Amino acid sequence: MAMTLITTNTSSDAATSDFTTGIDSTYKLYIFKFININPATTGQDFGFQVNVAGESDYNEVITSTSFSAWYGEAGSGPSLAYDTAKDQAQGTGFQDLNSVQSSDADSGMAGTLWLFNPSNTTYVKHFYAVTTSFTLDATPNHNNYYIAGYVNVTGAIDEIQFKYSSGNFDGIISMYGVG
Amino acid sequence: MGIPTLISTSTASDSSSIDITSGIDSTYDEYMFVFTDIGPATDTAHFAFQANAVGESDFDEYITSTYFYAYHAEDDGENSLTYNTNSDQAQGTAYQHLADYIGNGADESAAGVLHFFSPSSTTYVKHFYSRFNMYNANAQTADRYAAGYINTTSAIDEISFKMSSGNFDGVIQMYGIS
Repeated sequence: MAMTLITTNTSSDAATSDFTTGIDSTYKLYIFKFININPATTGQDFGFQVNVAGESDYNEVITSTSFSAWYGEAGSGPSLAYDTAKDQAQGTGFQDLNSVQSSDADSGMAGTLWLFNPSNTTYVKHFYAVTTSFTLDATPNHNNYYIAGYVNVTGAIDEIQFKYSSGNFDGIISMYGVG
Repeated sequence: MGIPTLISTSTASDSSSIDITSGIDSTYDEYMFVFTDIGPATDTAHFAFQANAVGESDFDEYITSTYFYAYHAEDDGENSLTYNTNSDQAQGTAYQHLADYIGNGADESAAGVLHFFSPSSTTYVKHFYSRFNMYNANAQTADRYAAGYINTTSAIDEISFKMSSGNFDGVIQMYGIS
């Protein structure tokens, strides 16, 4: 076995991108690739949540870290810092993977999320991600986020959902299995 | 990332170390190790690796490395992004930390990926980098980054993983990237 493409979701003005099949004990590592993720509403955060097998709703308990590097097109910044606005401490919210993304026609987000052994029923479920975004604060800037943490459950995870904090989005999310 | 080919899977079950002594050669320019469910028997143990050059004995090559991390407590009491001078090396021969202070609770573990480049080169030092997430011994999530080089121009053909103290469980998969 190697790295196998399991599913590709292409979103076009969609509220969410859900992966409800294909996450099981087949692979030890699942990798999600984000390509040209662009929100309809400016200033929104792209994030994910998961669901444990047999339960309903995307609302599992997450503890996470977040730090980012950013630099503005007009020379503002740069900065490398921990971001307390994007981490969670036993929270059940969607885990942000970026921040205040622009909805400009040529903007977008790309990145990768690694999810480790979601089917194990002994340990918490570790994940980490790296994303690069075109962000709109006072002026356009680039934002490079490093997110990591664990879903604090021992139940198997078999579903994952991606969405923005508000509004619909376009983009491609591909799920791969490694192992 | 190129296409990974699974070379071997090693399963630790209350093991003192996992030594991978075959399959590392000139076939691939990059080797990727995927770690899942790495659980130590001893609380606050550090998961680490060392390498052995062809024809030599012992896992004790010279390493110069960097190590930094972000962490955040479940009670929201602490967070930080910090360089860690306790887990880097300056021409050291110790096992290089990949994830330090892992908790040994029933649901506590570490997971991550180590990339190891061109081990069969006899011209250059051998570069590596890793990223792990872990549940540490203080009920915190920790995002660990290690990187560096093994300061030898000899080919590397063996790698060893172990805890700083005690045994461990877990699965280590070695891939060649083409």
